[in-house]
Amino acid sequence: MRPKAIAIRSLNQAPFALFVVVFVVFGCMSNRFLDVQNLSNILIQSSSLAVAAIGMTFVLLTAGVDLSVGSVMFVAVAVSGKLIFNGYPLALGIFAGMFVGLLVGGLNGVLVVRLKVTAFIATLAMLFIARGFGLWLTNTRAMNMPDSVTLLGSSHLLRIPTPVLVMLAVALLSHFFLVGTAWGRQIYAIGFDRETARKAGVPVGGLLMLSYVICGLCAALSGLIALTQTGAVSPTFGNQREFAAIAAAVLGGTSLFGGRGSVLPGTLLGAILFQTVENGLVILNADPYLYPIIVSMTIFLAVLLDTTRNQLVSRLSRRTIRAK
Amino acid sequence: MKPWTLGLNDIGKSYFGVQVLKGISLQLASGRTLGLVGENGAGKSTLMNILGGNTPADVGSMTINEQPYRPSNPRDAEDLGIAFIHQELNLFSNLSIAENLFLTSFPCKLGWIDRQTMIARSVSFLKQVGLNLSPKLRVENLSAGERQLVEIAKALRQDAKLIILDEPTTSLSSRESDKLFELLGILKSRGIAMIYISHVLRDVQRVCDEVAVLRDGSLIGSGPIYEFGESRLVSMMVGRDLDNQFPPRKTSIGPDKQLEAMHLSSPGAIYDISFDLHVGEVLGIAGLMGSGRTELARILFGLDSAASGTLKFSGREITNLSTSQRIVQGMAMLTESRREDGLCMPASIDDNIGLVVVPKYASKRMGVVRQKPLSLAIKTIRDAVRLTSSADGQKCVQTLSGGNQQKVVLAKWLLNSPKLLILDEPTRGIDVGAKFEVYRLIGELAESGAAILVISSEIEELIGICDRILVMSRGEIKDELTHGEFDRERILRSAMHTELVQEDVL
Repeated sequence: MRPKAIAIRSLNQAPFALFVVVFVVFGCMSNRFLDVQNLSNILIQSSSLAVAAIGMTFVLLTAGVDLSVGSVMFVAVAVSGKLIFNGYPLALGIFAGMFVGLLVGGLNGVLVVRLKVTAFIATLAMLFIARGFGLWLTNTRAMNMPDSVTLLGSSHLLRIPTPVLVMLAVALLSHFFLVGTAWGRQIYAIGFDRETARKAGVPVGGLLMLSYVICGLCAALSGLIALTQTGAVSPTFGNQREFAAIAAAVLGGTSLFGGRGSVLPGTLLGAILFQTVENGLVILNADPYLYPIIVSMTIFLAVLLDTTRNQLVSRLSRRTIRAK
Repeated sequence: MKPWTLGLNDIGKSYFGVQVLKGISLQLASGRTLGLVGENGAGKSTLMNILGGNTPADVGSMTINEQPYRPSNPRDAEDLGIAFIHQELNLFSNLSIAENLFLTSFPCKLGWIDRQTMIARSVSFLKQVGLNLSPKLRVENLSAGERQLVEIAKALRQDAKLIILDEPTTSLSSRESDKLFELLGILKSRGIAMIYISHVLRDVQRVCDEVAVLRDGSLIGSGPIYEFGESRLVSMMVGRDLDNQFPPRKTSIGPDKQLEAMHLSSPGAIYDISFDLHVGEVLGIAGLMGSGRTELARILFGLDSAASGTLKFSGREITNLSTSQRIVQGMAMLTESRREDGLCMPASIDDNIGLVVVPKYASKRMGVVRQKPLSLAIKTIRDAVRLTSSADGQKCVQTLSGGNQQKVVLAKWLLNSPKLLILDEPTRGIDVGAKFEVYRLIGELAESGAAILVISSEIEELIGICDRILVMSRGEIKDELTHGEFDRERILRSAMHTELVQEDVL
């Protein structure tokens, strides 16, 4: 039928194609890559990034962005690390960390919704504020966590590694929220056109707020997962992870222009893909200086695909003076 | 269905001291269709915006079923059964048809969208509008006609008692239009009232029971449609006297062609456009909104590219030149929306005026802008266009009136001494005095040997200032009138692609 619609559809499938290509390439280059142990490692390594990227997906869907994710990861971990370090129970530490995420996400939401600051600027400010606060809290010193923290990271639940289980739970919850609830669908409408959504009676302010809060919560959780894997809070913890999160979401087909994208398979796939590239480079013993270049080329490719698809969509939906 | 009535009593509205609606009274009952006709700017949209809750009326009152009706936002109107289908459809193309229908009232079970119910109800609404599509389909995959039907299905879902349709057929093929009219007939028999706004008078006569003609914000006439023939409607819409609102000017058309357009086409926008524009000539383009006028101007200025055809400027082919190259060649364009495309609103008057010519004042070797001659040139042109606040060039453009803003845009281009100036709706939203100034500047520029292309919805304006007028309709040039044969009715008729129906001539 409509050739352009088919073109858009195939561009929508691009993440899958990229995924297959990456696996085939690394699989051919190293026999260790497709090892069950390595594949399970990739999943475990992906879990922190995936959770942050899922939160980012909510904000991207509203045609916004959250640049404070990396800093939220840090400040949440700094608070909970400090509590755990000083002998408070693990559960309290985790709870406090999540609360910090909720707080910063809410603050972002207030800046964007109430004060009408552009998301880019508001969250850029929050990036520095949150990191500065975290550095002040930790006196710019690293903290090593007790074994109980790292044991949690390597534990299994239902024979599945706990981080992977958390990642799957977050992904499933988010997916069903976005696909199956009125609020979820309205978030897509906001991303398509905020003003039209407002006129249609969609509660725009509340849903934007909710998106930033979810993003903050996910960032904090992502930080806590990473903490259980590294076992230490360092001053550079979570540095620039917002860009990895954006990249993972976009790799998974979420549009930077809003209104398009999914958590399942989208962002989850994107995060795993992102981690797979890093993992493959390690296995191949690639020159570490090449990492950032190859990773950023992957990101560039994803954004290019997104832009191409958007141009196609806008050309397709351009109003015509008369029908042919 | 219970009978339903709407009453408008003596509605009036002014914007910034300009009265756009005065004393409008209309009645509408269920099962009746009212055609609303009038030229662009006659007040149709304003009236519908008042009815739809987008803007309040200054004076007058509205009633629904004899109860006072005072909407404060579009939701109030919707709750009382008024659905407004805009010319620019308000659908979310990234969502499915069903989701568009139920966006603000999803059927839910325990907080989750009840997909089964939603799909089943969507299917029944789609069936009512004769659309045989899966409700799960995303709207981006639908044609313009199908989207229109989805909008109507949405109105049915909201249980609308009154549906307002604004130019519903502009992007439809004739087969799609036929299908739409058939559907409107069915809705009417179900007792739904409709207001049908259109420039296509034949459609209005086909669809409507009653008609109301607006001109300059006043209700010129209303009554059963059979009392109004096409010709009578056109005369009523136009009938206005020309007074001294145009400065005198002598034509100074030179022999050389400044611009030659040959067979320009861009599917969906313009079709086989050919014309010449001579040095010193003022050429007008008349046409309704959506006739392809603006699209043509954008292609001439290089903002969009044509699919086929060639364009010559000063005898040289420029078809593939970019906009900035065309500006260097001597082209200039005043866009229809000065706020968005024409001005840097937060910048000062002088900065805006200097924008185009700054490179000319850069020193040859270092590229540093020589401020003194530049500000001198800016001051000269500022005085030439008679900016009222010319004393202070540092004033922010945002604070100026529409007329002065337009003068700033003109000054910006005049400073570059253009050989061709394209003006898209140059007098939209500016007062009479400023209009006169704009006309004067256009005349002076033409006398000095520049070619001018003026696009306007105001036919009087074109008649008052042009040497020749082209009429566009549905992306084609339908008519050409030279200075001696200017005739408002003929222009309007060509623009609305109606033929003169003899029996209606009074």
